[in-house]
Amino acid sequence: MTESLAISKFSDLANPTRFLALAARILPWMAAATVMLFAIGLYLSFTTEGDYQQGATVRIMYVHVPAAWLSMMCYTVMAVSAIGTLVWRHTLADVSHKAAAPLGAAFTLIALATGSLWGKPMWGTWWVWDARLTSVFVLFLMYLGLIALNRAMDDPSRAARVSAVLILVGFVNIPIIKFSVDWWNTLHQPASVIRMGGPTIDQEFLWPLLIMAIAFTMLFFTLHTMAMRNEIWRRRVAAQRRMAARMAGHVTGSEA
Amino acid sequence: MSHTFYIAMSYAVSAIVILCLIGWTWLDGRARRQELAELEASGIRRRSAQAKDDAA
Repeated sequence: MTESLAISKFSDLANPTRFLALAARILPWMAAATVMLFAIGLYLSFTTEGDYQQGATVRIMYVHVPAAWLSMMCYTVMAVSAIGTLVWRHTLADVSHKAAAPLGAAFTLIALATGSLWGKPMWGTWWVWDARLTSVFVLFLMYLGLIALNRAMDDPSRAARVSAVLILVGFVNIPIIKFSVDWWNTLHQPASVIRMGGPTIDQEFLWPLLIMAIAFTMLFFTLHTMAMRNEIWRRRVAAQRRMAARMAGHVTGSEA
Repeated sequence: MSHTFYIAMSYAVSAIVILCLIGWTWLDGRARRQELAELEASGIRRRSAQAKDDAA
């Protein structure tokens, strides 16, 4: 596909054709950066010493914490896109929040599963209905609901507007997840990295955690760009099929 | 069960979910590209693409 790549300002990306051209150029670099970051992150994760209390189980944190951050960041990206849908009626904003929902669901599933696998040896239980775990579980259900809603409606622009309203209403859950450990008594420990007084976690564990967090974030943006590109193609296929059906109707009509 | 079991399971679950996500996104893209190529081959093109050809 030889599509022009003349992007002089950010709003130029509103054009799906320009977005496709940009995606074709940057995706190989994003994928390469993701692989490299994961290689470094995993190497650091398995070469650091274990924690004096948790032992080697601290290594679960290097996948659990980035996945949990991503589950919230993905929803925030969807909320910003939802504003784009409702305020500017931006086609790419519709595409963005539709493409992000399955990714958010997957990262939330990883956060829930790895949290549970950490909880069993550390807390002695797979699951408790405390505020943090419950609010993240609600986030997972919200992602599934949004995926189902998008698939249930035939008209993509109508589905996008309804989804956008639901996304913005559901955004109230994000600060609840973040501050649940401060507002209520929870078994889940309070924040130890993103907090007002700076990280309380030891440098030895902080670096692998940060590299893995950047790797997960890069993976998210790579997959999100790919999924947005797929969604634009899907809409083009649907539009071209409609056009073909109309043309076929004209030909049949003129022959009659 | 040892702590190694929980660590291995955590990384295995994460790897499976991420690989499924990558595979699904890639296969979806490939299927859409094929559909677009088939439509173009049968002479059905986007109006903007047709307009460009007409102008040329």
